Amino acid sequence: MATAIRSETHPAITSYEEVNRDVLKLLGRPGRGYFILLAAAIALVALGGFAWAVQIYLGIGMSGLRNPVGWGAYITTFVFWVGIAHSGTLISAILYLFRAHWRQSIYRVAEAMTVFAVMTAGLFPIIHLGRPWLFYYLLPYPNQREIWPNFRSPLLWDVFAVSTYFTVSATFFFLGMIPDIAAARDATTVPWRKKLYTILSLGWRGTDREWKNFTRAYLYLAALATPLVLSVHSVVSWDFAMSIVPGWHSTIFAPYFVAGAIFSGLAMVITILIPIRKIFGLEAYFTPKHFDSMSKLILLTGIIVSFAYLSEAFLTWYSDELPHLKGQYIYGSIQGPFWWAVLIMLICNAVVPQLLWSKKIRTNLPALFVITIFINIGMWFERFVIIVTSLSREYEPWQFAQYKPSWVEMAILVGSFGWFFMWFLIFLRLLPGVSIAELKEVLPAPLRFRKASGHAASHGPEA
Amino acid sequence: MSGHREPGVLGIFAEVDATAHAIERLREAGNKDIVVFSPVPRHELEHALDRHESPVRMFTLVGGLTGAASGFALGTWTSLDWPLVTGGKSIISIPAFVIPAFELMVLFGALSTVLGLFINARLPHVKKHVIYDPSFSAGNFGVFAPTAPGQEGSARSIMEESGALQIRVWPEEVTVD
Repeated sequence: MATAIRSETHPAITSYEEVNRDVLKLLGRPGRGYFILLAAAIALVALGGFAWAVQIYLGIGMSGLRNPVGWGAYITTFVFWVGIAHSGTLISAILYLFRAHWRQSIYRVAEAMTVFAVMTAGLFPIIHLGRPWLFYYLLPYPNQREIWPNFRSPLLWDVFAVSTYFTVSATFFFLGMIPDIAAARDATTVPWRKKLYTILSLGWRGTDREWKNFTRAYLYLAALATPLVLSVHSVVSWDFAMSIVPGWHSTIFAPYFVAGAIFSGLAMVITILIPIRKIFGLEAYFTPKHFDSMSKLILLTGIIVSFAYLSEAFLTWYSDELPHLKGQYIYGSIQGPFWWAVLIMLICNAVVPQLLWSKKIRTNLPALFVITIFINIGMWFERFVIIVTSLSREYEPWQFAQYKPSWVEMAILVGSFGWFFMWFLIFLRLLPGVSIAELKEVLPAPLRFRKASGHAASHGPEA
Repeated sequence: MSGHREPGVLGIFAEVDATAHAIERLREAGNKDIVVFSPVPRHELEHALDRHESPVRMFTLVGGLTGAASGFALGTWTSLDWPLVTGGKSIISIPAFVIPAFELMVLFGALSTVLGLFINARLPHVKKHVIYDPSFSAGNFGVFAPTAPGQEGSARSIMEESGALQIRVWPEEVTVD
């Protein structure tokens, strides 16, 4: 009796119950392939953990960090993961405020990516401390030395920014899942899952009181998370821009990094979504239109990043402050010792995304998979170029030095990918990977009295 | 809607407009304290119930302001307690302190929003579900109207007329909230 009107964004979905069935299928018994992937991820984590143990035991000299390059692969990877995290919040919070309907099915995966990426990023400031047990020096707590951290330092701002970002993202993530966990609780027959979901759903019943307060709370959290996206990566960029290191000290860094963050994060979302769509049969939920919209955003932010590259070259040339830089930055970077990194960065970030002007490519999933992987490689190298080239050619020529990441740093980098994917795989099988309730919000409501969609009639039956 | 113990009638509906219709008829007939279950928030149902706005925004506001104030306070107090004298620059560097103040504003604002949600929605709901049906998280809507003992007849007929799939009556006392 309920009318089967199809949504424009999800034309293949016919009913609310279908959404529950399709999404909760992901929580069923995983096949062998899943366990193989999980084992691989855990193996990478073990490798990274072993390398870190070696570094703690034998000292920070096991990394390639030497004066003047005091920041290298670790900070590069930190900024890389924080950047990736930002797109998740963009999709879930910012696109919510803009009422972009295509966000509904993908935002849960994106938000999960955010939480796990921040968890990954947060490891790195601790890893790159030679004595990580002293990390608490960063925290403002009363101590017998009677000193406080420096509130004018961007490194301390980072502590506030990244911890706030993690807390707010995790909160937003969990809160939004409560109604879906309730759906899982009602549908599951596996005893341990029922118990888990009963606890995590906090007794949610979907009463009008619950929904009314929930929708408001969700809206305010989205409104708070939006400036957070912009501010956190700006603060991270100021780790560099607030210094006087040539190549770092530039006002363009905040918008440059934020655009780069969205750019790399969206690419990672697509890289993750394409296999998930295939493996779990979610073609009705992640349609070509979703990938088209995401690719357009990638193209836009990619152009902003390319513009930033051009601006930096211009700034260096136009300002006569540091004449040695003219040679070093524009020509030197392409001819200097890290020319290969610069080339990778330029090709992957400025050239490859231009393919996305074509709608055919934007909706071609295998092509997108390859393009987005290139973009993320390029974005890692972008951070590497910014950090390492500027430090290796810092002030006095007699100080110029080379930097080469050691096996410890590479192992930890690889381990960070393992860590991220491990949490992601666990999440996919434990909690609803697509937002059930919010997806239903953009499907036409089942109507009894009227055939057309639109506002439900509040007058009585017409017969 | 305070916790009260009354018998009542639960109607299960498959369509939004049927549910909204039932709610309006029930309110017209004088039923108060109606509880509506739905798998998805719908403005039609909120409109039919016509209840006052949620107070969660007050929690957000107070939390945010407290956070911002705390951020400035933390920066200011620690700078005065252990001044880092850097050649003429102000000890209380407000532009620098804007950043921790902003971050704490967001953090406290977010956490108090969650607190406000839990308080106002009465979460976690630890008592066993009595009136609830598992289909409410899938595709069905529910309307529970508490009625005086023996008076459930009119509520029943309103729900039937609106197109309920199923009607359950609790003649015994049942806690609603």
